[in-house]
Amino acid sequence: MNGSTSVVLSENKASGFEKASTFKTFKTFLKRLNVQKALVLMCAPFVLHILVFNYIPIWGWIMAFQEFRPHLGISGSEFVGFRQFTTLFQDDLFILVLRNTLAMSSLNLIFGFLSAILLAILLNELGNKIFKKLVQTISYLPYFVSWVVVANLVISSLSPSDGIINRVLLALGIIEESVLFMGVPEYFWGIIVASNIWKNVGWNSIIYLSAMSGIDPELYQAASIDGAGRLRRIWHITLPGIMPIVSVLLIMNLGWILNAGFEQQLLLSNPLNMRVSEVIDIYVLRYGISMGRFSLATAAGVFRSIVSIIMLLSANALAKRLGSDRII
Amino acid sequence: MKSKRFLSGGTLEDRVFDTFNILFMLGLVVVMLYPFANTIAVSLNESLDTIRGGIGIWPRAFTLANFRTVLSRVEIYHAAIISVQRTVLSTLVGVLTALMVAYPLSRKDFVFKKPVSMMFLFTMYVSGGLIPVYFLMRSLGLLNNFWVYVIPGMTSAFNIMITRSYINQLPDSFVESAKIDGAGEFRILFTIIFPLVLPVLAVVALFIAVGNWNSWFDTFLFAPGRQELSTLQFELQKVLQAASQQITAPDFTRGGMQEGSAGIVTPTAIRATMTIVATLPVLFVYPFLQKYFVKGLTLGGVKG
Repeated sequence: MNGSTSVVLSENKASGFEKASTFKTFKTFLKRLNVQKALVLMCAPFVLHILVFNYIPIWGWIMAFQEFRPHLGISGSEFVGFRQFTTLFQDDLFILVLRNTLAMSSLNLIFGFLSAILLAILLNELGNKIFKKLVQTISYLPYFVSWVVVANLVISSLSPSDGIINRVLLALGIIEESVLFMGVPEYFWGIIVASNIWKNVGWNSIIYLSAMSGIDPELYQAASIDGAGRLRRIWHITLPGIMPIVSVLLIMNLGWILNAGFEQQLLLSNPLNMRVSEVIDIYVLRYGISMGRFSLATAAGVFRSIVSIIMLLSANALAKRLGSDRII
Repeated sequence: MKSKRFLSGGTLEDRVFDTFNILFMLGLVVVMLYPFANTIAVSLNESLDTIRGGIGIWPRAFTLANFRTVLSRVEIYHAAIISVQRTVLSTLVGVLTALMVAYPLSRKDFVFKKPVSMMFLFTMYVSGGLIPVYFLMRSLGLLNNFWVYVIPGMTSAFNIMITRSYINQLPDSFVESAKIDGAGEFRILFTIIFPLVLPVLAVVALFIAVGNWNSWFDTFLFAPGRQELSTLQFELQKVLQAASQQITAPDFTRGGMQEGSAGIVTPTAIRATMTIVATLPVLFVYPFLQKYFVKGLTLGGVKG
């Protein structure tokens, strides 16, 4: 009895202290706010800006649970629960675009990583600094041109009448007659992956090169004194040296697994390759903007975002467990 | 002897490796540059001659007729002006935004440091998606409106984060001594911080400028109805779409020839010429400023 009252008493005491301290922190908070009002004023308009342009659209996810009609607005439209999502997963076209998205984004992820790492390693091995700089500068030129331009270059290069690819393949005797590459669905994913590598490999290699420049040169000297050749030095020193950044980037990119990009697919699609070229974004565009099925399209977008968030959070947890830096 | 400077000498393995590496790099340079060189050659070649095929990296029958035809079209000329306007405006606004959000966030004692950072970071990972954004633009009256190119993209969490990391690297004493002198925060930002962070602002400006210049999807989605809002990239996209839809038809190069100021010009030549017009500004700017880009990327690697 006695013991329990004393516990209660001390609890009271504690909460009393807490009250006093919250009041005190609130007071100091106001004081700081007053001192920093210029700083608050400085960023307030932009906070308001992202509330409008980034957070209101997230609130618009409500549309995915409605049968949204533009003239009724979000407040007036009828709620239908998860009906849009069931429709979505019963739609063969959605399953198809989901498959296309997953296929292209995983291929892009794997080959994008491998090509950038390979290029970084080879650039790092170049002895002549000027030559290295020159190659590097040229290698990330395509990164800065638009997808529209790249799509144009891809179509010209693959043209059956006069494209360089057909010309080279014909000259080497690999093919007998010109191939209409853009018209063969089986080639489409390969074309997407190749154009992605062409556009991004130089840029993506920069981060690995900067990680390599942080490797202690004495390690290389010691290894060559021990008789390790070039390839063994790459295998035992360079690769382990960049592994931390590779793993962080790899897990970080898992969050984008349902983002295969859509500009290149939209720009390179034609009636012949539609079944392999359409990705989730194009589905959303078609159903939402062109056909007016706003709620279904929003549901597809919401599904994608939720998967991304889950992937990102688990990747983050995984990274933490593996002992590397957290991503967010 | 000459190649010896490239090769570091040493063991046989070294020599073999270096030789293959240099050959690989030369191949890479060709692969990266050939499509551009070929497009330039086609754009400078007489278009009827191009149909014969076989243009490599050098024009066979040199002419400026394709450029004259493309640049004399009013819609191209107008689209170029819109592209320049949106790029310049977005860059100015975006740099100012990055600076004015990054500075308060760089101050360790800023009252809303945590919540404001979190709010911006969150936008890097989650977005509302196409349809809600479309309706937002509609209700704000931004559809078919020039400002749709500038206002929605004004803030970028990434640009704010790299600017903040850069300000964080500056010694605190700059701000402290200015405060002692009685300078207000706005004055500290624009007279003391601003000149010191110019390198990172150059990075931010370039990211925004290149992104805006290359953008076509916003025109496609938000302003397809008004020709006077079309951009160069969007015009190029229209030409590409036409070519892409006809790609299965035989002889598509011959369909829809245009009578230009300098005689007949084929769609292939128009497409090549417009590609070059839309790419040239970026090609000119990037070699000079590439060091800033690389710096920006390494700054971006610094966690937010």
